Amino acid sequence: MAYPYVSDREVRIISKHFGDPTQRRLETYVERGGYAALRKALGMSPDEVVDTVKESGLRGRGGAGFPTGVKWSFMPKDTSKPHYLVCNADESEPGTFKDRELIRWDPHQLIEGCLIGAHAIRAQHVYIYCRGEFFETTQVLARAVEDAYAKGYVGKDIFGSGLDIDVTVHAGAGAYICGEETGLMNSLEGRRGQPRVKPPFPAAVGAFGMPSTINNVETLCTIPHIVANGGDWYRQYGTEKSPGTKLFCVSGHVNKPGNYELPLGFPLIELIEDVCGGVRDGNALKAVIPGGSSVPIINAEESRACALDYEGCVAVGTMLGCASVIVMDETTDIVKQVRRMVDFYAHESCGQCTPCREGSAWSAKMMKRIEDGRGTEEDLDTLMQVTQKMVGTTICVLSDSVAAPVQSSINKFRDEYLALVRRGERVGAA
Amino acid sequence: MADLVNLTIDGHEVSVPKGTTILEAAKQIGTEVPHYCYHPSLSSPAMCRLCLVEVEGAPKPMPSCVTTVTEGQVVRTQSERALDDRRAVLEFYLVNHPLDCPICDRSGECYFQDYVHAEGPDHGRSREPKRVFGRDDFGGDVLFYGDRCVMCTRCVRFMNEVEQEPRLTVVERGSRSVIDTFFEEGLEGTHWHGNIVDLCPVGALISKDFLHKARAWDLEHTPSICPGCSQGCNIDLHVRDNLVQRLKPRENLDVNGWWMCDYGRLDYEWMNLGARVEAPLVRAGGTSTAVAWKDALGALLTRALELGAGPVRAVVSPRSSNEDLAAVAELVERLGGGDIVYRSRRAEDEAPLKGYPGLARRRDLSPNATGAELVGAKRVGDDDGTGGLEGVAAHDGIVLVMGDELLDQPADFGSRATLYVHLGHRESAATSRAHFLLPTTTFAEQEGTFTNHAGRVQRFWAGLTGPGMARPAWFVAAALAAQLGGRGPVRSAAEAFNALGSRVPAFEGLTYEDIGTRGAVVNEPVSLTGD
Repeated sequence: MAYPYVSDREVRIISKHFGDPTQRRLETYVERGGYAALRKALGMSPDEVVDTVKESGLRGRGGAGFPTGVKWSFMPKDTSKPHYLVCNADESEPGTFKDRELIRWDPHQLIEGCLIGAHAIRAQHVYIYCRGEFFETTQVLARAVEDAYAKGYVGKDIFGSGLDIDVTVHAGAGAYICGEETGLMNSLEGRRGQPRVKPPFPAAVGAFGMPSTINNVETLCTIPHIVANGGDWYRQYGTEKSPGTKLFCVSGHVNKPGNYELPLGFPLIELIEDVCGGVRDGNALKAVIPGGSSVPIINAEESRACALDYEGCVAVGTMLGCASVIVMDETTDIVKQVRRMVDFYAHESCGQCTPCREGSAWSAKMMKRIEDGRGTEEDLDTLMQVTQKMVGTTICVLSDSVAAPVQSSINKFRDEYLALVRRGERVGAA
Repeated sequence: MADLVNLTIDGHEVSVPKGTTILEAAKQIGTEVPHYCYHPSLSSPAMCRLCLVEVEGAPKPMPSCVTTVTEGQVVRTQSERALDDRRAVLEFYLVNHPLDCPICDRSGECYFQDYVHAEGPDHGRSREPKRVFGRDDFGGDVLFYGDRCVMCTRCVRFMNEVEQEPRLTVVERGSRSVIDTFFEEGLEGTHWHGNIVDLCPVGALISKDFLHKARAWDLEHTPSICPGCSQGCNIDLHVRDNLVQRLKPRENLDVNGWWMCDYGRLDYEWMNLGARVEAPLVRAGGTSTAVAWKDALGALLTRALELGAGPVRAVVSPRSSNEDLAAVAELVERLGGGDIVYRSRRAEDEAPLKGYPGLARRRDLSPNATGAELVGAKRVGDDDGTGGLEGVAAHDGIVLVMGDELLDQPADFGSRATLYVHLGHRESAATSRAHFLLPTTTFAEQEGTFTNHAGRVQRFWAGLTGPGMARPAWFVAAALAAQLGGRGPVRSAAEAFNALGSRVPAFEGLTYEDIGTRGAVVNEPVSLTGD
């Protein structure tokens, strides 16, 4: 097996079977020890499962990095209303391709994680919301759910525990904003995919108005391994504050792009130079976006100092996000890259909040004008001020995602902008 | 009280019930935090982001429309940070707003104009081409000017939540978001959609009826009561050049909330009709002569005294005020007493506003049938307000008509009467035999009260000047009654109302001061004939 690229520095827990098409089959999964963790979890009380996950220190892999066990403990213990576990498989962040791989290579790992999670939060129904464009992925998952139903791993009285847990696979219609947890819930309910005002938080009023918890695919895929091996086992990887392993989606100008599962705290520069075989054509590194397009861009110097965990990224002024590492070499036209990102966010803004609806489109127009050599230095100041007012002023953080690339790139690559606004010159060959 | 929460807003200490939002709490110190998407009658999506305020300890500015107060909270609505955030949001709106105020009907009463003038930037910094959506006919009375829209979605939420006829929605997303109708018929066939024009904070939703008719600053607003049915919605008459240009609902949570129906809203042109009787007309020997009031009333009295007391048959109108009705009832009594009848149009069904219990376009399409009943009048005729006057037409004593135009009656109406007095607005076939045709004002031209279907007495004020020598019917009737042995002259509508209290127990003790602009409920319940 040589799933596109592998590295001996990886610690493959959840990505162990990437590249092995037999792993999708329920029999293979069970032969290799699958659903044992579910059996174990069903023998534990919900609180014991939550405690195990708390001990592991697992942090949500969707981007925010909130401790999963703590999130689960927010769910009310009283079950007079139905509880729902929602799995966020609406992976849409530019540069991210981990959840898709987790589902298409190892769907039962996710289903097992969902069932354990549902037990932990006393839910009897799991919704897996798949990104609309993930046709193959959704089919693989739906097939796996069918198989699991047929064998009695999902449905009524699982393993004779008396517990009923149903799993529904739901395909979205293709909107970035439906990856925001409350936007996802609205979409799941058949409404416009627009984020909701919080509070109330999902643990109080979530999907269909009921207490709900929403977890990322990667988070839930990790759960069976933690339950099977214990929290301490998980803590042997990673750092004190960011325990465990994480899938890094590396794209851009590296020789071996792909998914790599590495312990958190791994040095970014080693990921690029060693794991991914270095920057293409021996070019110099120019910039990296370490956590998907909505986090601030960092330059080569900052990249060399960056450790890939939640704290290490913050230390160099960016965020780990969902660990989607976009690598750019010296030929990259930063202004064009940022303009593309701003275009994306302007296109995907749901249009509720004024700062985001108007600000993202306005920023996109300004970026386009600058890129075309029709900008002025004043435009750069306007862009900085406009995007500043898009931070923290809206219901969700999509509008912050416009500000991050714009502000960080103007701060760090101002020369490239100035070259364009002064002479209409474009840097690089892109 | 245990339920009260104490907080500080802009340095003022405020106590409000638990669960109150900051925006509502700020109203207590007279501060209206600018907002678009919030409306007290609708759900709060907190999406316009204009009402962001600074809350001490909160990492981000908070939307005051959904943030509830907490004990000891310190809120700043006017701090540099809060003003800066609002300025920024207003600038975001300016990016695409067409600034076509000179041709916009909303100009002068537009919340975008107001907010930008008060707190906005001197000018927007955007140099980009503006987004263009153009215009759309939403059906009914509503035109949509997409470019002016601030995407507050109040209209969508009104149709969904209050009228509960989901005809509007937001299509597309991001800066391409635009309000649209689902189907070609749009709002056609809904009965409360005029309210979305009022709800729209800018000029995006425009009334076709009012399109380019008047500038907002030229209109005088007079508080009034909708005469369209017995609900008694509180309204304002918007008047220019002594013509009613449009009706707008006036907030009264006990009666109509913020709303009025489209029937009532668009039924005002009759108030402006010309061809009015402008002077008392006295008929003798087949010809009518215009005379002064003093001469007309003198001749009328002389004739009445000649005839002596005898049974009177009177027709009154449920579109007349309580004061008019009571004064005529008293006059009937002074002339010897007799039956008083009224005719009232009725619709087949009520048209309720589903999301506002207690509010409906009522079956009874007159504003004051209750008042007519209270002074002892009985309803006759059909549901279309015709017929039922055979007895009156054949009466050979005194016939007195007030307010009813008798459009269905023939030219020989009253020909057998010894004395036929008609207090009205216009001549018709049935007034041709009137010995005295006395010009009276409409409700829009006089002060008075209506009593609605639930027995609520509500005041209205004069928004128009009546034509020529027309006077309120209560003034004319009370003057005659005084001459016939009544209490003496009645000089104002308030006095006429007080006189009413001494005649009709239901009104006893009520005064204009008690009623104010909000209305007051009469002392005893009433039910309309035939209900």
